[in-house]
Amino acid sequence: MSLSMRPHLIGPFLLLLVLLFAPLLLPVYWIMILTEILIMGLLAVSFNLLLGYTGLLSFGHGAFFGLGAYTCALLLQAGHQNLFVLLGAGMLVALLAALLIGFFSVRLDEIFFAMITLGMGMLFFSIAHNWLAVTGGSDGLPVFALPVLNLAGREFTFYAPNSMYYLVFTTVLAGIVLLWLVVHSPFGLILRALRENKQRVAFIGGNIQLLRIVAFAVSGSFAGLAGVLFCLFNSMATPEFMHWSFSAKPVIMSIIGGTGVFLGPLFGAAIFFGLEQLIIHFTENWMFFLGMVLIPIVLFFPQGVFGTLRNRFFKQG
Amino acid sequence: MDTLLLNALNGLSWGMLLFLIAVGLTTVFGVMGILNFAHGSLFMLGAYLCMQSMQLFDSFWFGLLVGPLGVAALGVLVERFLLRKIYSRDVTFQLLLTFALLLILDDGVRMIWGSGYHVVEPPVLLSGVMTIAGQDYPIYRFFLIVVGPLIGGLLWAFFHFTRWGKVVRAAAFDNIMAEGVGINVPRIYASVFALGAWLAALGGGLAAPQQSLNPAMGEKIIIESFIVVVVGGMGSFPGAFVGALLLGLLDSFGTVFAGRMQMAIPYLLLAVILLVKPTGLFRKGV
Repeated sequence: MSLSMRPHLIGPFLLLLVLLFAPLLLPVYWIMILTEILIMGLLAVSFNLLLGYTGLLSFGHGAFFGLGAYTCALLLQAGHQNLFVLLGAGMLVALLAALLIGFFSVRLDEIFFAMITLGMGMLFFSIAHNWLAVTGGSDGLPVFALPVLNLAGREFTFYAPNSMYYLVFTTVLAGIVLLWLVVHSPFGLILRALRENKQRVAFIGGNIQLLRIVAFAVSGSFAGLAGVLFCLFNSMATPEFMHWSFSAKPVIMSIIGGTGVFLGPLFGAAIFFGLEQLIIHFTENWMFFLGMVLIPIVLFFPQGVFGTLRNRFFKQG
Repeated sequence: MDTLLLNALNGLSWGMLLFLIAVGLTTVFGVMGILNFAHGSLFMLGAYLCMQSMQLFDSFWFGLLVGPLGVAALGVLVERFLLRKIYSRDVTFQLLLTFALLLILDDGVRMIWGSGYHVVEPPVLLSGVMTIAGQDYPIYRFFLIVVGPLIGGLLWAFFHFTRWGKVVRAAAFDNIMAEGVGINVPRIYASVFALGAWLAALGGGLAAPQQSLNPAMGEKIIIESFIVVVVGGMGSFPGAFVGALLLGLLDSFGTVFAGRMQMAIPYLLLAVILLVKPTGLFRKGV
């Protein structure tokens, strides 16, 4: 199990070390950026279970992120401060919604799948935007008290940026490891087979609809987990999380990073926020430059920046 | 009775505007197989260019002539230098490329004209109100209700009775065969995309006196146009017409029976149609 025998583990191991010690070296502002990158990275990696591994382009993934965030905000407002309850409930609500939306959506393909998930996502957006009594409408739901964690006789709070960072880091790490296990399980292999040729999977006895629903639900529940974290980090759940323009973010991050690499979308998130920080120093028209950056990436990096570079240097499939 | 009539007229005029946007979107999809996320931004850019040229030439009609031509020229460039490279690629890349265009156009307009609202006055000929069944109603909206079917009819005649229109339909039906019999398919694609951009911009110019202009107006209308196109059947001409009318009327009557939740109706319609009849109300055919 030594690292020299498994060269492909060196990269993730170094990344883990860097992320673990980053708060000791970075100023507070960058710790918060890094926290946001990790949360959006988890959303993008969970989204890529659909796009990269199952071959389904969802344009409504923000709905699950938003449901996680609203579940968290509502529970906190009701006085539930147990961290594990919040994380679990957010995932569960997102999971149930993903089962429902998935049940209807997975029978469609390609552009039709993109359209129905977009529509379903916007349906949730409309509800969040207009159900004033529960969601607070366009103002969103503020969070006033953060959860506490009682572990080994000590009580942890998450008001300091550093402790929030480690909460996010630990949760995102757990989420990404679980997703990695899913991707590298026999189930993950079948998903990739679905992406390549779903007729053949059907011929050898695979239940396409059921497999896709399960993939959709797993992906949605981890998006919900990311939503819970973002609600804690942001102290707010707003309807914008469910809007289609928010759902476009994990798509962009996955394409930038590369859909064929497991951690590609995480790098995509890092590039996305890194670029944003760089560009808003010079101009407030960040969207304009994002578009300008996206065009060459779409045209010249078919496997994403990270994927294309990796293939060039390591010659892997 | 009065509110019924008022809602019907509002729904019709909004529906006709939606039709102009959606018909370009559905034509581009039917011929080139590309669902253009930036179509709403071309609509928005058209509104701004029309406004600018209206001020420049001090004439509504001249602005309506010049603005859309400018957007159509931009469309040719976009097709030639960007879209042409990704026809064979996955649908994800096509959506993302046009999404990048949306970001550039929306923010570009914001850089040039600012993010505030702009107002365009209707031409003298069409300003003021008309009394119908004891109700005052803006003449300009009647104009929209008439002009929508007019342009739709002209387009339909163009695609069915002119040689050029038939060539486009041939290329949409089977582009390899069309290429084989000597049709210049790349040129057809460029001109179809330009036509789609022109229609979107014309819709923008026509919408300008009815709603105030702001850079976000494209983002709002693109999703509704997607819904119209999917509901009507992607690539279907009559489908876009019926879908736009349906959505326009649902939008205006929705507030009556659903109140604030009216916002959710178009998405429900989209979901129901996709589940019951994924090909849309009308079969595919350009």
